Amino acid sequence: MTTDKKELAVAALRNGTVIDRIPSPVLFKAVELLGIAGMDSNVTIGNNLDSKKIGKKGIIKVADVEFPETVLNRIALIAPSAVVNTIHDFNVTAKRPVVLPDCIVGIVRCGNPKCISNNEPMATKFHVVGRNPVVIRCHYCNHTIEGAKAQIL
Amino acid sequence: MPIIVMNKNSLVSISDISRDEMLDLLRRARYFEENPDSKILDGKIVATLFFEPSTRTRLSFETAVNRLGGRVIGFSDAATTSSSKGETLKDTIKMVSNYVDLIVMRHYLEGAARYATEVTSVPVINAGDGANQHPSQTMLDLYSILKTQGTLENLTITMVGDLKYGRTVHSLLMAMQYFNPTFNFVACPELRMPQEYKDFCDEHGIKYNETTEFSPEVINSSDIIYMTRVQRERFSDIMEYERVKDRYTLHNDMLADSKPTLRILHPLPRVNEIDRDVDDNPKAYYFEQARNGLFARQAIITRALGIDPEK
Repeated sequence: MTTDKKELAVAALRNGTVIDRIPSPVLFKAVELLGIAGMDSNVTIGNNLDSKKIGKKGIIKVADVEFPETVLNRIALIAPSAVVNTIHDFNVTAKRPVVLPDCIVGIVRCGNPKCISNNEPMATKFHVVGRNPVVIRCHYCNHTIEGAKAQIL
Repeated sequence: MPIIVMNKNSLVSISDISRDEMLDLLRRARYFEENPDSKILDGKIVATLFFEPSTRTRLSFETAVNRLGGRVIGFSDAATTSSSKGETLKDTIKMVSNYVDLIVMRHYLEGAARYATEVTSVPVINAGDGANQHPSQTMLDLYSILKTQGTLENLTITMVGDLKYGRTVHSLLMAMQYFNPTFNFVACPELRMPQEYKDFCDEHGIKYNETTEFSPEVINSSDIIYMTRVQRERFSDIMEYERVKDRYTLHNDMLADSKPTLRILHPLPRVNEIDRDVDDNPKAYYFEQARNGLFARQAIITRALGIDPEK
């Protein structure tokens, strides 16, 4: 019973955000994208959990924080299957998939070393050209890269 | 911070312009060929900013401006500019924008011209950005095809050599999407047409055949043969380069049964891919093709400045 209580202490979230169904290989990239490292909130990260839908999944729980939609949608780049649950008073009050925008500005580094965006102080910009799997094309040099392999700035 | 609206008359990539705009540029090119000394750029100043040397392209653009009565400022090597002191491209472009009506730029970094259009309201013409885009070359190729065939529609175009890295063949392929072409892609496996361009053909209903053999069937079915140079610097394995470099050389006797209207194009410079014995064949068109660059560039310059030569 002691074990159950401990598990409950980790799992329960009074208020905050749960991001579920993140493919295990990209979990820590998702953590990076959300900027969780610099937060004071209570954060729980689980990985390699069994998932009926995607095999092995990761999950991120952040207490007392609601992320802006634009921040959450960054995750769609690497984890288009992710689902965001908003928790109020232990209840899920909203549940929605992440949405990949058509244009991604200032998040990803271009993989082409000869791209102007890697040689000039400027924001990077990518257009989404494929959604399953996610493929993005650099607005400047036209270099394409898979979302899951994209290097986060 | 003031809002800068990108000048819609800039030309960064051939995919920026529609079929109608392409045809308008070709009409303009024809006009300039027939009227070589229209002084319609009187009072205009054009900057040619060549962060990477390219004598052929720079001289062609500068001749185009001079023939139209405009003036040119600029540089032909970034080593002589403040970019060698660490100045950003943005600062150079903004500084030059204070002086000129139009910027023609070539840069060794890919995407440089696109970025330039975002930091200035002066129109920008991309004269080549690394291995990325070179739209004035495509326009002169289109003009050469139109001039020699009388149409751009329903032609069989054979592309030979380096189809993997050659930006001219990629841009020409994309530009021809409006004109129902059939392509033959002739290349060794190491240099074959990238999948994304074959996907582009499939998406746009463009017919193509891919082969490693530069065979009589391929040659004799062609309206245009577009030869390209296999560039040594593309190979990490020099033995591989030696093995493939002379694989696709066009000799005069290979043209014996080709169509009378066939023309051979090449973006130049050539090395071994077209034997000198082809030069005297009336089907060799590569030197005239280079001359067409002048008219195509005059067309692009006047469009960028919003000047209609026929008014």
